[in-house]
Amino acid sequence: MDFYKFLLSRILTFILVVFIGITAVFFVPRFLPSDPVEAMIGQMTSKSAFLDPKAVETLRETLNESFGLQGSVLSQYLGFFKRVLLTQDFGPSLANYPAPVNELIGRALPWTMGLLLTSTVISWLIGNAIGLLAGFRKEKPYSKALEAISIALYPIPYYIFALVLIMLFSYIFPVFPLTATFQGAGFTWEHIRSLIINSTLPALSMILVGTGWWVISMKTISSGIAEEDYVHFARLKGVKERKIMSRYVLPNAALPQVTMLALQLGAIFNGALVTEILFGYPGVGTLIYNSILQADYNLIMGTITLSIIAVAGATFVVDFLYPFLDPRVRYK
Amino acid sequence: MKNWNFRLKAGVAILALFLILGMIFPFFYTGNPIEWGTYPKNLKPSADHWFGTTNLGQDTFWLLAKSLQNSFVIGLLVAFFATVIGALLGLIAGFKGGFIDRLITLMTDSFIVIPSLPILILLGTMLKGRASLLYIAVVLIVFNWPWPARQLRAMALSLRERDFINTAVFSGSGTFKIIVKEIFPFVAGWSLANFVNTILVAIGSESGLAVIGMSSNEKATLGTMIYWANQHQAMLAGRWWWIGSPVIAIALIFIALFLTMTGYQQYSALRRGK
Repeated sequence: MDFYKFLLSRILTFILVVFIGITAVFFVPRFLPSDPVEAMIGQMTSKSAFLDPKAVETLRETLNESFGLQGSVLSQYLGFFKRVLLTQDFGPSLANYPAPVNELIGRALPWTMGLLLTSTVISWLIGNAIGLLAGFRKEKPYSKALEAISIALYPIPYYIFALVLIMLFSYIFPVFPLTATFQGAGFTWEHIRSLIINSTLPALSMILVGTGWWVISMKTISSGIAEEDYVHFARLKGVKERKIMSRYVLPNAALPQVTMLALQLGAIFNGALVTEILFGYPGVGTLIYNSILQADYNLIMGTITLSIIAVAGATFVVDFLYPFLDPRVRYK
Repeated sequence: MKNWNFRLKAGVAILALFLILGMIFPFFYTGNPIEWGTYPKNLKPSADHWFGTTNLGQDTFWLLAKSLQNSFVIGLLVAFFATVIGALLGLIAGFKGGFIDRLITLMTDSFIVIPSLPILILLGTMLKGRASLLYIAVVLIVFNWPWPARQLRAMALSLRERDFINTAVFSGSGTFKIIVKEIFPFVAGWSLANFVNTILVAIGSESGLAVIGMSSNEKATLGTMIYWANQHQAMLAGRWWWIGSPVIAIALIFIALFLTMTGYQQYSALRRGK
């Protein structure tokens, strides 16, 4: 019974949190000084020599209607929720009219997922392996050296890494291209090769920073566990060091790290905004950036809503799964 | 100073160096370091211009000093207000419980899920790169108070059960007085670490925003320095002193802040006898 009460209260919180987040984001772009409809009409009238003022007026109305920009801000707000809840449709993009927002996001998502999923998982694996070793044998000089390197790498913002990597590998040793250009399509060797070449630097900049954090946190956790009584006992009993590390220390130390990984995966939909922009990578981060520059309300709402749901969803899943992973924790 | 560990010493030493450079040096420079064309362009580092000059004819050293000043002011402002607001709300939520707790927790959770960088870019475009530094600081405060609030609420929940708090309640102290007099000594250590971390986050967010041209482009901050250097292809032209000095400064400051934060945590853990 307690379990259902817990589940219900978590679901309620999830819905409320997403609702408040989306509401806050909805009202911010309405204060932007640029009006997308006027910009579009301006573009059309400048292209064709003459447009009947009456035709312009009807055009304005049609555009406002299809963008959901009719009426007061409040009725727009209600209309937005009705449309999104009933049809999961964010409407057409204003800047790339008439491409629907859902399609634009669908096109950018695999890029970001590919880049961030790979770099997050790689840095998690490497970082935790190094952290475990460094925490388990913390008196060894190599442990101290590894920790020192991580501390030097972790606090530096990832876009600084991106800039340094661009400096090193695009100017000084021109191995990788400066901005991404993709050749070919589908499962051809040419396409895959250009994918790898263009994703290496952005991925590397995020792996370097990510790994540092995992090393530091894993080392703190595992060095604490390595001093627990049951580890001493196992050692006295004659259990091999390798087995103590993998069977006694690792499972307990990995738990909080799994939680953190889940939370990080939720933030993936944010894209690595600055990295994607700096490298010209066609993912969600670039999409968010462009949508903001072009005052594309629908696209802004679509991308940010996705990100809010993903982050809140990850928190929800973690809260919910934790008692399964750790038998010491109970729902309450 | 006696029991300071290596991290704390190294962190504070590097920070002190940059603080002197950023907070004291700018007062010894008579002109305006941001003004274009004050000096010949693109000079290499020399005795006259320690860090060379930029493509816009600014002295890189003095520009860096001014940028450090602005970045530190943003960092300190945001860290101070975000920590104080977050700490107060978190402690009140933890102590009062009930409806107030639920309301504050809901606000905290909601603010945490909103992606801050897109919103900052959005607000940046509204002002077309002319945002004042104060404006950026205020927005950063809005996005940074929930973290300390969440942590301190958890701490307050466990402290509430302690005996000395009950004693204080039964001897008639008000909630606010209990928070300030009885609780604050317990959470001060964590709050200080959070304060330092928020300086790091604030300087980092502002620079990230500035690198893509969405901050106060006409003001000198570490981020806008990188922005202008990028705009003028400092890397391509091999003017490493221009792009290099803000990048290295940010990296060193961040390492120093991180060392100070973790060093202080170790130091206070030692003092508690752990």
